[in-house]
Amino acid sequence: MAIGHTELGVTPGARSGGDAASLLEATSGRRADRVFRSVALLAGLFVLAILGLIATSTTREAWPAFRSEGLSFLTSSTWIPAEGKFGALAFIYGTVLSSVLALLLAVPVSLGIALYANEAAPSRIRRPIIYVMDLLAAIPSVVYGLWGFIVLAPFLGPSVYAPINDAVGGWPVIGWFLNGSSGRSFMTAGIILAIMITPIVTSLSREVIATVPQAQREAAYGMGATRWEMIRLAVLPWGRGGIVGAVMLGLGRAMGETIAVALVIGSQPGQITTHLFEAGDSMAAVIVNQFGEASGNHRAALVGLGVVLFLVTIIVNVSARAIVARFDRRAQGI
Amino acid sequence: MTEGITREETSELMTGSAPESTEAAIPAVDPATVFDVRDLDVFYGNFRAVRDVNLEIRQREITAFIGPSGCGKSTVLRCFDRMNDLIEGARVEGQVLYHGVDLYDPRIDPVEVRKRIGMVFQKPNPFPKSIYDNIAFGPRIAGTRANLDDIVEHALRRSALWDEVKDRLKKSAMGLSGGQQQRLCIARAIAVEPEVILMDEPCSALDPIATARIEDLMQELKSEYTIIIVTHNMQQAARVSDRTAFFTTEVNPDSDTRTGRLVEFATTQKIFSAPDDERTENYITGRFG
Repeated sequence: MAIGHTELGVTPGARSGGDAASLLEATSGRRADRVFRSVALLAGLFVLAILGLIATSTTREAWPAFRSEGLSFLTSSTWIPAEGKFGALAFIYGTVLSSVLALLLAVPVSLGIALYANEAAPSRIRRPIIYVMDLLAAIPSVVYGLWGFIVLAPFLGPSVYAPINDAVGGWPVIGWFLNGSSGRSFMTAGIILAIMITPIVTSLSREVIATVPQAQREAAYGMGATRWEMIRLAVLPWGRGGIVGAVMLGLGRAMGETIAVALVIGSQPGQITTHLFEAGDSMAAVIVNQFGEASGNHRAALVGLGVVLFLVTIIVNVSARAIVARFDRRAQGI
Repeated sequence: MTEGITREETSELMTGSAPESTEAAIPAVDPATVFDVRDLDVFYGNFRAVRDVNLEIRQREITAFIGPSGCGKSTVLRCFDRMNDLIEGARVEGQVLYHGVDLYDPRIDPVEVRKRIGMVFQKPNPFPKSIYDNIAFGPRIAGTRANLDDIVEHALRRSALWDEVKDRLKKSAMGLSGGQQQRLCIARAIAVEPEVILMDEPCSALDPIATARIEDLMQELKSEYTIIIVTHNMQQAARVSDRTAFFTTEVNPDSDTRTGRLVEFATTQKIFSAPDDERTENYITGRFG
């Protein structure tokens, strides 16, 4: 290459060397950059401020209950507002149990739908699936709750739970769980929650799966992998971090869900049982059910439930991020 | 190990159907001919990407496919291991005979084909797993009973990577350099003992030193494997290959689409010194883009 650098685009002499000083002057582009940076920073700080405000003000509101109950707010399951006893353990249990049930039901289905839509379905079926999933996500939660209350719970109780209970309720191990016959129960809440989080888990995992590079799929196929082997050995390992993230987001949603759970969980305070077909209660549900008529310490205790729920979801999210980061690091070999 | 694949072995590619009828369907073929492509046309939907390809791939030779972008050389390469099946709407007319068996026979299982015909891609694409697990991938899905450690070591030695990675077999393959990753992909392909290795522009993402190592490796692998390489780099084709196929594009008269076609297929020496076709000469002398 015999081309000198002066010949690259610019005719020599078109600019005199004296122009170089203009490099030191700030241009309007730089100003816009600075403005943008401050606006973005403000927006970021605003979110943090809101978060901090919510955390401090709810904690302050809940303080009387925390002070009078002490640690037993978390360790006791006796919740009798009339006697001033506020133990949240049963509600925490109900929230966790119904959400875990929801995950157990929703994750296999969601992954199945996502894998089918991305890997197996012909494009004319793929679009309707995605469309219907998005539609499901758009249904307000109160509609799911009412449907569960009016249709699902009355059906499940006598027609599904009772026969199962009669058949296996007395058995060891299985009978500890598949026991009871209440239509409105932990299980019904889990089912409704599963239906509600399936669209979000599906669409997030679908996006994660779509980011698996074509080169990875071809590498697996090129080695003589069948479609299932390709999915199991190339797609899922590559997407693992993201899929865990999607599942954890679903879990966060399930734990925070209020009105649908309040309608179908049965509102039975103090219930800590392995029996999935029995009524219980969750933190969010008890807040929405009791807040209207609560005052004084009762009100403070309900706000305290909110604080606990807030903490639990934060813990779930942080651990989800940690898990995702660990998977990603391992995948990149760092 | 690739010693004269027998007729019985090739007919294993077929799923179902009685063996005697399969036997009868296979004409007598020269055992040194690995692939015999006859009147091959490849379509993507209604678009004809390549037309009228006729060529023969000989055993333990390196065959290079060269030509301008869009001439269909990669498309043809991907017919040899049925990778075009993965593209929706892709369709093939004509025959791709592998030791006399048409790879596009409806009884053929493409998964079996890909176990015998390995592929190395344009960009190194190791799995985000350990070096060991990358090599063991193929033998594992093939359900091998042999000692995996031996297979891994052999494949890595064969691809001139062993000395560089033997102390970190359990480390992620993503930590290797691009050239090492590509040699790992070659090792991964030969770990299942294929007869043929297809290479789709294997050096286009590599620097000249890494490229030279891959080219050296190809020369070594030639003693055991039949290699077909698609390359944009004419010098590379001239350096490594025994035969060269030159493809070009033709504008279709009824639309402004272009269809690839095979112009000339001969020994590399002939293609680069005295090609029969004027278009080949123009291309190799750089008068044609």
